[in-house]
Amino acid sequence: MTDPDTFRTDVRNWLEANCPLEMRTPIRSEADICWGGRNWTFQSDAQRDWLRAMADRGWTVPDWPKDYGGGGLSPHEARILKQEMQRMGARSPLTSFGISMLGPALLQFGTEEQKKHYLPPIARGEIRWCQGYSEPGAGSDLAGLQTKAEDKGNHWLVNGQKVWTSYADKADWIFCLVRTSTESKQGGISFLLFDMETPGVSTKPILLISGYSPFCETFFDDVKVPKDQIIGEVNKGWDVAKYLLGHEREMISGMGLGIGGSLGAATKPADPILRAEIAAFDVDALAFAAMSERFAAMWKAGEAHPASPSMMKYAGTELNKRRNELAMAAGGSEALEWDSERSKGGKASRDWLRSKGNSIEGGTSEIQLNIVAKHILRLPGA
Amino acid sequence: MALLTDDEKMLQETAASFLSEEGSIGKQLRHWRDIECEDGFGHGLWKQFAELGLTGICIPESHGGLGLGTTEAALVLEEIGRNLTPSPFLITAVVATQAIEDTAHADRWYPGILSGGAVLTLAVDEGARHAPEQTTLEAQRKGNGFLLNGSKQFVVQGASADMIVTAARTAGSPGETDGLTLFAVPKDVAGVESENVAMVDSSKAARLIFANVQLDADSVIGEVDAGWQPLQRALSAGRAGAAAELVGVAAGSSAMTLDYLRQRKQFGKLIGEFQALQHRAAHLYAEIEIARAAAFKAAQLIDSADERAELYASVAKAKAADVADLAVREGVQMHGGIGMTDEHDIGLFMKREAVLGELFGDVYYHRNRVADLSGY
Repeated sequence: MTDPDTFRTDVRNWLEANCPLEMRTPIRSEADICWGGRNWTFQSDAQRDWLRAMADRGWTVPDWPKDYGGGGLSPHEARILKQEMQRMGARSPLTSFGISMLGPALLQFGTEEQKKHYLPPIARGEIRWCQGYSEPGAGSDLAGLQTKAEDKGNHWLVNGQKVWTSYADKADWIFCLVRTSTESKQGGISFLLFDMETPGVSTKPILLISGYSPFCETFFDDVKVPKDQIIGEVNKGWDVAKYLLGHEREMISGMGLGIGGSLGAATKPADPILRAEIAAFDVDALAFAAMSERFAAMWKAGEAHPASPSMMKYAGTELNKRRNELAMAAGGSEALEWDSERSKGGKASRDWLRSKGNSIEGGTSEIQLNIVAKHILRLPGA
Repeated sequence: MALLTDDEKMLQETAASFLSEEGSIGKQLRHWRDIECEDGFGHGLWKQFAELGLTGICIPESHGGLGLGTTEAALVLEEIGRNLTPSPFLITAVVATQAIEDTAHADRWYPGILSGGAVLTLAVDEGARHAPEQTTLEAQRKGNGFLLNGSKQFVVQGASADMIVTAARTAGSPGETDGLTLFAVPKDVAGVESENVAMVDSSKAARLIFANVQLDADSVIGEVDAGWQPLQRALSAGRAGAAAELVGVAAGSSAMTLDYLRQRKQFGKLIGEFQALQHRAAHLYAEIEIARAAAFKAAQLIDSADERAELYASVAKAKAADVADLAVREGVQMHGGIGMTDEHDIGLFMKREAVLGELFGDVYYHRNRVADLSGY
């Protein structure tokens, strides 16, 4: 490890030299995010150059080992890189479920061969992944999933349906929970990877109450998957899934960091009763902002309870729903406009409706409360 | 937010073991309540606070104190809340100590606070609801001194106090923050009629009537007409401190209730197995964690003289009172019939929460203040 100050200077100089100016402006909308993948069309040369430059240094995944396309940085160095990127307002060169979800699972459970095969294309943004977990009959009771993978000797034969598969229609590959045994519920699940272009895979976008969404239904009809595309042992996929869900909750609980601002200052409610409601919300939001800071510090220091992301996810998402309810009240009839330019395409309505999903996706509030009751409070039989 | 330092963790452990042993409900709260003690707390325990250095927690090292701040006081207060320990710690070692900081009164009173011999308090409320800027108690200049007329109430341990930091109006009209002055009013000064009132939680708070009370000019704390700043400083520390104590009340009530859920059987099951109760307990857990984070955030901002300190003092007080109120209501409800009996301790948490929740402004006062300070 180089001297931290030298490292910081080197990073700063390199970023100055390599980050295109266009990539130092704030992300305006979803369209500015670079997801990568086989069919990705770069928004601009700058977006392409920025991804290439960062991927060449392994800095799309700075803390992954160099052998797998990462930067091999220590946690401290990775933090310096992040700080320096924030300092210059540099955009993330690549956003992907491969980095945030599959990568950590592969690093933890994959064989050496699998890591070498799958991780570098993720780091380079060459393959875009989606996650196949939920099914129409398996939401909160995820382990009740029925999509089955039969062992046909030289391949798995996959049949079934997934739902809430984000960006399934745009992804190149899927990581997927499938049933390989009916003898045990959690002990009959395996973690499978396969190409979305495999014959028998089809997707259909889902329109939400808030309008367009990245969610899809994904169908598998006699999909043949090579035998070696399984992560972890057969029937041990639930361990991988649990690991990833914990990871996901931790990410979602980080969302709370953005909801600490004063709603009252933003809406200036004229009605005294509404003002009182908003003030009550602001107290909760500012208190939660303090909690988010404390949680982040404790998590980093290893002092947080392993189940505490569930508490954060629960509290943060419930708070965000309340924020949207009150913003709608403060906005009156103007907040109800659905597609006018004045309303920025119904932003208030759509945000409000979309927020209802916060306490459902990634484990419902009720599931998070179950987890807190069982793992933190140690209540009996929970 | 900074995590606790090793020194702070040590202080927390010291306070936790001291208060759970010496400050327990049986040894202190119930004891003094049942013998109808005039003070509502034990002077012996206050001496023990002093022996541990805790009474000087906010007193600068140059005066012989620990030279720590509101953050460290908050750690002690959470343990006080958890054990419902009656003591002058918040009102004397945190609030009054900070009100007289950097004045001649510090030299006069800090030694007594350090030895555990003196109790100091703050008289600010004049009506049933906290409204410091509405202060009307009048201090008229007379000769070289002042003549005080008016009344105060909810003066914590006012009848036991050796000195009462009293907010009075020397200029301006009720509602104005300019024109307030803090006075050091010594015990037994002529013209102060004191009624020692037992509150719902068995703590004592005095009602004071000031009738032509003569004080000399040396009684002024800080500057004449400029009492609002030191009063705010003392109140902010008091609010953050009360918030920390409320977090302790909530945590203590919740711990007792969780124990009950793990042992009480109905319908052949432990009642803690019922999801209806589990979810409420888990929700309460989340709320207590958030309240604790808010209380410590407020204390840390006060200690670093951050411009958001007053806002967060109100956030913390409102949040902690709200959450502690939920904790004690759930506590009594989940205990069922036994929770309604005086014999069981859970009801004592409800009583203490009510008084602490009101002290230095209740939930509504502080929500309103958050709105005011946020500009809406």
